[in-house]
Amino acid sequence: MPDTRMLGAARLEAAETPLFTGPNWDFGGLRRVYDAIERIAVDELGLDFYPVQIEVITSEQMLDAYASVGLPLMYRHWSFGKRFAYHETLYRKGLQGLAYEIVINSNPVICYIMEENSMTMQTLVMAHAAIGHNHFFKNNYLFRQWTDAEGILDYLSFARDYVAQCEEKYGVEAVERVLDAAHALKDQGVNRYAHRSRPNLAEERRRNDERRAYDEATYNDLWRTVPTTDKDKQDPGLAEKQRQDLKRQLGLPEENLLYFIEKRAPRLEDWQRELVRIVRLVSQYFYPQKQLQLMNEGCATFVHYEIMNRLYRGGQITEGSMLEFLHSHSSVVFQPGFDDPRFSGLNPYALGFEMMSDIKRICEEPNEEDREWFADIAGCGDPFGVLRHAWANYRDESFILQYLSPAMIRRFRLFHVADDASKPALRVEAIHDDWGYRRIRSALSRQYDLSRREPDIQVVDVDLTGDRCLVLAHFVHDGVLLEDKTCRAVLRYTAALWGYAVKLLEIEAPTDKVLKTYEISE
Amino acid sequence: MNIVDRRPNPKGKSLSNRQRFLARARVEVKSAVQEALRKRKVADVGHGEKVAIPTRGITEPVFHHSRRTGRTDLVVPGNKEFVRGDEIPRPNGGEGGRGSEGSPDGSGEDAFEFTLSKEEFLDLFFEDLELPDLVKKSLKDTTAVDLQRAGYTVTGTPANLSVPRTMRNSMARRIALRRPKLPELEALRASLDEARARDAGEEEVEQLARALERSERRSKIIPYIDPIDVRYRRFDRVPRPNTEAVMFCLMDVSGSMTEAMKDLAKRFFMLLHVFLARRYRHVDVVFIRHTSTAEEVDEETFFYSRETGGTVVSTALDKMLEIARARYSTDRWNIYGAQASDGDNYGADSSRCVSLLGGEVLPLCQYFAYVEVGDGMGGGLSGLSRDSDLWRAYSEVAPAHPHFAMRRVGDPAQIFSVFHELFAKGGVRA
Repeated sequence: MPDTRMLGAARLEAAETPLFTGPNWDFGGLRRVYDAIERIAVDELGLDFYPVQIEVITSEQMLDAYASVGLPLMYRHWSFGKRFAYHETLYRKGLQGLAYEIVINSNPVICYIMEENSMTMQTLVMAHAAIGHNHFFKNNYLFRQWTDAEGILDYLSFARDYVAQCEEKYGVEAVERVLDAAHALKDQGVNRYAHRSRPNLAEERRRNDERRAYDEATYNDLWRTVPTTDKDKQDPGLAEKQRQDLKRQLGLPEENLLYFIEKRAPRLEDWQRELVRIVRLVSQYFYPQKQLQLMNEGCATFVHYEIMNRLYRGGQITEGSMLEFLHSHSSVVFQPGFDDPRFSGLNPYALGFEMMSDIKRICEEPNEEDREWFADIAGCGDPFGVLRHAWANYRDESFILQYLSPAMIRRFRLFHVADDASKPALRVEAIHDDWGYRRIRSALSRQYDLSRREPDIQVVDVDLTGDRCLVLAHFVHDGVLLEDKTCRAVLRYTAALWGYAVKLLEIEAPTDKVLKTYEISE
Repeated sequence: MNIVDRRPNPKGKSLSNRQRFLARARVEVKSAVQEALRKRKVADVGHGEKVAIPTRGITEPVFHHSRRTGRTDLVVPGNKEFVRGDEIPRPNGGEGGRGSEGSPDGSGEDAFEFTLSKEEFLDLFFEDLELPDLVKKSLKDTTAVDLQRAGYTVTGTPANLSVPRTMRNSMARRIALRRPKLPELEALRASLDEARARDAGEEEVEQLARALERSERRSKIIPYIDPIDVRYRRFDRVPRPNTEAVMFCLMDVSGSMTEAMKDLAKRFFMLLHVFLARRYRHVDVVFIRHTSTAEEVDEETFFYSRETGGTVVSTALDKMLEIARARYSTDRWNIYGAQASDGDNYGADSSRCVSLLGGEVLPLCQYFAYVEVGDGMGGGLSGLSRDSDLWRAYSEVAPAHPHFAMRRVGDPAQIFSVFHELFAKGGVRA
């Protein structure tokens, strides 16, 4: 669209006067600022995002949104009430400020902004959420693969109505029982890999015909006369084979526990299956976000930083606003050290933002070390091209593995500690030196790997012809077992859904040795 | 880009979730509420309350890795002193270098803290209690009446004239009967004058004059306000249920009452106050303490000042009667009495107490509760090896008066159950 581009450029040069002065915002101002931001995002940064809907809300509504896990509508469940009470208490005590914004990955992207923010903060929020997150939502491969931005709001509204109908029909308690149980398994209710497409009947028939035609074409009566071994007739072998067949038909092993229960649980009613499905799909919607926290926040923070600076350079915001912005920005990207009382893990905003700024630096002003480590991008002069590529094609784990530079490791003074439960003390394995860079990088990357962070639990067997006991396996890596108490609680929920006994084996992945067994009878 | 203002949207979107949450945590919240009440003053007990409940009933367990097994790798920022191979003593309770991934929901026995609104607090507290004899009393003693608007009437005193309604009727009638309006008359008059002034034709003047006369006559026949327009506001006299209550707190403060006993009494009074405050628009509290003499005091003095002396219970009852007669007439006030004592009384006084209570105090009262507090030692109730003087005396009164109840309390934990017993819906009376 060359027209808008030229128009934008002309306006930019003309914009000597700031877009706003003073702290108060109004709807006209929001629109003006958004237009300016959008121009910078499209023309200068080359971003590509969904259309935006900005919604102004009160702090109470923000708490509401917190409670329903950041979605604009949600089915009813007591756990959301609990979350609301929790956040409300913290907020009223002043222990916790509210987020400035919440952004929903839908099309159009819905961006909540709070009424008490100053105009500068609204500008920041729009650059951060409406542009930064938005670009990331639209372009990252995980969101593209797993999140249906067009349909999510419709689906949620269906879910809410469906749950309400069920409550009316079967009682709140009955619905709650199913939802409680399904919530306990929601982390195990996601597909981590795209399933192969479901075979359809015509296709199956065609293949079957082909196979038979092949059999007929190659039929040789001689084979009939070949003596068969007795092995086939032996019962144990046959039974084992049948078992394997059955397991294959059931799609075992299956890592999506909720999916398996929804499809196979012998005792669930249809409406209960549908409830399980709702929980599963909502969980699946959040699955990419869990793997992209660092990148998502980093992208949004980096984008808002760029945009705000460009606005300032273009004279579109005042120095006062810039100072207010910098104050807020620097507290967002603050990273306390491990021994600081404020420390609660690596701040995804800080690490993400710094890494992306670092990539920009490497592209523009590389030093010798960067040329050695990042030969492909050092000095290429197109930082936004590189970043857009990274935003689109990486997740937290692979992003760190690819782009964490020694400079960053030094800057954050990262070090790698091994915590072996059998030893009395922790051991420092690597620090920021030549020996340690790569080790720290891969260790940090593993720390962001969801498949390592979350227990690897699968359905491995189910005896449908016998006692119908569901057998789960937890594949233990590095000897890390499940937490005993919560594990039992979750298994009780699982048994409630399954309707029969449930067994969980903790199996040491490399050796197949069973370390621990849980059994919950229905 | 589209901007939507969501601020006017209805509030309380998550209200039903909150109710579900409270229902879920009912048992825990209830006991927390009772716990909270122990720390409060009588007067400010009816506010919202921050409660902390154990997470037991409201956990949302998920599978997660145990922190105490196997080997975990951590990468943390802020290294100042460590080099490779250093050993760091294991921090306690996930502090320091390893706080990063603690599960917020799964772990431990932490208390979950949140704030209940005043209504929620009291609802939970008085869930299945009711005021005894409230209905009966309201019906029996409704000498007080309220005026209540009841539409309009065609008769009444001028003070009750409803101007808007009258004018509305008047206007409707004037329009229906086509009474000429004042400006119309003026215009007619003016045009007549003008016609005369410019010496218009005889016929025209004649016509105008006739029109004016017709209009004037019409406006005379059709009055501006007719008696049939007039409406008066009508009032019904409705019996007013007494919405005011007074609560007499009687307590023995003689030397034999220990602090622990007073504390028990205080809790009981406090509960009663909150309970009454919920049912009545206005609750007065009168504190009467007595040794061998009785006096009315403020709350602070009542609970915290020390007195010594003998014990003559009847003085307190006398005082109560005196105050009630002077300030709280039964047609306006619901009178509640609560007496706390350790049961000691001056020997000859008990019979006087009985006659006072049965003869004068109880007929006045809606409800009278006597709580005998023990010192909490020696196994509470069973520790009271023999009935006290007062207890024996009051036992005579009790059978004849269903709105008199007596209970013994040995330690704070029993307060609520005793209170509960006293006010349980359709509960037993002593």
